Amino acid sequence: MHPVIRTVLQRLGLGLLTLFAVSVIIFSSLELLPGGFAEAILGQGATPETVAAFNKSLGLDRPPVTRYVEWLGGAVQGDFGKSFAGAGGWREENVRFVSDIIGPRFYNTFFLAALTALIAVPIAIALGLFAALYRNGWFDRIINSVTLTTIASPEFFVAYVLVLIAVGNKNGFAAVLPDGWGPMVKPFVSWIPDLPPLATVSKGTPFWEHVWKAILPAITLTLVIVAHMMRMTRASIISLLANPYIEMAKLKGLSPRQVIVRHALPNAWAPIATVIAFNLAYLVVGVVVVEVVFTYPGIGQLMVDSVGSRDMPVAQACALIFAATYILLNLVADIIAIVTNPRLLHPK
Amino acid sequence: MTEFEYKLELAKRAVTKGKLSRRDFTKFALAGGLTLTSANTLFIKAARAEAKQGGHFRAGLGHGNTTDTFDPATYAHGLNFGWGRSLVGAPLTRTDQKNNVVPYLAESFEPSDGAKKWVFKIRKGVTFHNGKTVTSDDVVGTINYHNGPDSKSAGKAYLGGVVSVKADGPDTVVFELKGADADFPYAFAQYQFPILSITDGKPDLTGLGAGPYVLDGFEPGVRAHFKRNPNAFAPGNFDEVTQLTILDAAARTNAYLAGEVDYIDKVDLKTIDMLKSAPDTAIYDVSGMQHYTAPMLTDTAPFDNPELRKALKWAINRQELVDKVLFGYGKPGNDSPLAPSLKFATSPDPVHTYDPEKAKSILAKAGLSGLKLDISAADAAFAGSVDAALLMAEHAKAAGIEINVVREPNDGYWDNVWIKKPWCHCYWGGRPTADTMLSVSLSEGAAWNDTHWKNARFNEILPIARGETDDAKRAALYAEAQQLVHDDGGQMVLMFANYVGAMSTKLGHGDFNSDNDFDGGYMYDRWWFV
Repeated sequence: MHPVIRTVLQRLGLGLLTLFAVSVIIFSSLELLPGGFAEAILGQGATPETVAAFNKSLGLDRPPVTRYVEWLGGAVQGDFGKSFAGAGGWREENVRFVSDIIGPRFYNTFFLAALTALIAVPIAIALGLFAALYRNGWFDRIINSVTLTTIASPEFFVAYVLVLIAVGNKNGFAAVLPDGWGPMVKPFVSWIPDLPPLATVSKGTPFWEHVWKAILPAITLTLVIVAHMMRMTRASIISLLANPYIEMAKLKGLSPRQVIVRHALPNAWAPIATVIAFNLAYLVVGVVVVEVVFTYPGIGQLMVDSVGSRDMPVAQACALIFAATYILLNLVADIIAIVTNPRLLHPK
Repeated sequence: MTEFEYKLELAKRAVTKGKLSRRDFTKFALAGGLTLTSANTLFIKAARAEAKQGGHFRAGLGHGNTTDTFDPATYAHGLNFGWGRSLVGAPLTRTDQKNNVVPYLAESFEPSDGAKKWVFKIRKGVTFHNGKTVTSDDVVGTINYHNGPDSKSAGKAYLGGVVSVKADGPDTVVFELKGADADFPYAFAQYQFPILSITDGKPDLTGLGAGPYVLDGFEPGVRAHFKRNPNAFAPGNFDEVTQLTILDAAARTNAYLAGEVDYIDKVDLKTIDMLKSAPDTAIYDVSGMQHYTAPMLTDTAPFDNPELRKALKWAINRQELVDKVLFGYGKPGNDSPLAPSLKFATSPDPVHTYDPEKAKSILAKAGLSGLKLDISAADAAFAGSVDAALLMAEHAKAAGIEINVVREPNDGYWDNVWIKKPWCHCYWGGRPTADTMLSVSLSEGAAWNDTHWKNARFNEILPIARGETDDAKRAALYAEAQQLVHDDGGQMVLMFANYVGAMSTKLGHGDFNSDNDFDGGYMYDRWWFV
């Protein structure tokens, strides 16, 4: 069997096992959490009577194993069930299907991840190449220290600094900075357009408006992930430069640029692809803080919300999506590693 | 009236109608000898005097969850207050700015049989958003939905006294109560009780109501959008209303500063100066009924000792809590849960101020020494709870009491800590009447009696006061009840917290309600754009 197909099948099989394990872990940990959906919804207003009524109508009075098996049976057929919210309502129009809740959020998250990737990946690889080309020079040093600073700052801090600039630009900085600071800062940032600090999008938001509203979160995330990918590109290329075939290329009289782009880069794809996949997975599953700061309705907030309110069907579906994202992106990275490496592509 | 005064009056009217600009008005007023400031004030007053229709009101709120639905049984937070009281829902009654109950969807309500029986007349010809006429059957069905045996409603707590509810013709509803209740109509002003459309005995829980706005788009935990309902019996002033859920306080502030919303609630008090200096901004600051308490379980050692409770009440510097936790936006409590603005509220003597020496002497007299107490705190109880607990520990040290602050997780606080740990922090949103506030949190057998306090005289007074229709006699009874709570109860009322928000000066408004944030939840149909 062709190694690519074998890897794909192997990984998908293992992936299914992983998903199963994740679902068991999520289900049992939600089960172990104190309090239930009724208590979370009613808060201080929960009385034993109302809680019991809630649990009965949601079927939560049945043993956990029964509920898990039932849920699993639906999930393998693609039916993630109904959210606890609105379920047990008196009419069918109040029922909310998990897929209906997750769908738009999932789209938003992917939209933001894709937008960020479009900005961040080319920038990171280009910067990495230049850093390798001019290694240990002033360009390398500046790029390294700048990107390391942005990755070392917590993402909410980066986000708030961007918001401060966006909001201050609109209000002339008088309202957002201490007395006297406004005029000092203004000349440096006045060329930046009025970016929207509130990224609330909804189903009907037109495409370009969506892009415009998601621009600040995307820049924030770009600043957070660029350093990792850039440094990996730089490191993997530099490690190749000591190889004999690079020396050969140099002796042929090729320019340093050609040496790196033509001869080093093709052999450096595997580690770069792994790091990019890792960062893309982070963009899908780990950006809840940025979502909160910009009020962007993504899937991270949904997951936190549903765990907080013990809306188990939604939380479980989110967890499965997160796990599947990791599995698929890692699979893609491995395939790239195989395809770009003839030794793996054509094994003896 | 001098000639100038007469002309000024005319000019003010012209401003009200929008026919005279601020510049022209000020020019005229200055010529007449007024100062610039007073001319400005006059202009603003005149310009706001009359509500105008139009505009799109966008509220940025620190509430909302992906599990939100339009099922009033689950209404519990700031978005819901508006839904039930002034957006899609039309309740039978409302509370006015002076906290009196007034008819709304009901045309009138009359007690009889010594306030044991209440007759509500429904407004004629009112329709739901789908055109169906509101009848007494809808009212009865709504009440039964909240009060039925399988009810999941938090509103059930208000209906404990209802024995039967019956329709008497298409627009009359008759309630029979277990005991007399002079405040009964207040229950229906609560946000859980918008009248629902009933078909085949089942309520419509999709946000359909008879209120001033029609639901036009809802994404749980993100936004809710409403359009003016021109067929409402009392339509709102705005053409459109959007509620945006912005849970992060800094994000809310930024959204306001960037002009993306016209109003935000729950302002971060640490950065309120930034909002104060923002252009065209007014701070919404209303002293309401919400209060922060430190309930002690009065049947659990060592809090079963009334002398210890008394000593603790003197050992806490509440003024400092107000200054440091609420940044001055509040009032120190005096161990009565009734807000000063509530009818029948008193301030029982002696006022519990900070007096560690007195606390010491009470403890010495009771033979208590070397006290070590645990207090459970978490920001789920109220914002700044942990800081408040640390301050309390510092205060009590001077009275020889050692308080150990136990930091609890926010998640599940109301299940695992409140009414379970002997001493913790709690908040109360306040209730519209003295009776509901006292009975819901302090009467024996109440589900939310978070101090397990059982005072025979107090429990005897409550039902008598509830049925009493003579205000003077009621006042005396409630004064006695408050004195009992103050002296003997386990509910340490630390402070009353103001509702603080920020709003654009383009918004016109009258006096504010104090029984809830958001102008009592009525801002959506009461406010307008100037």
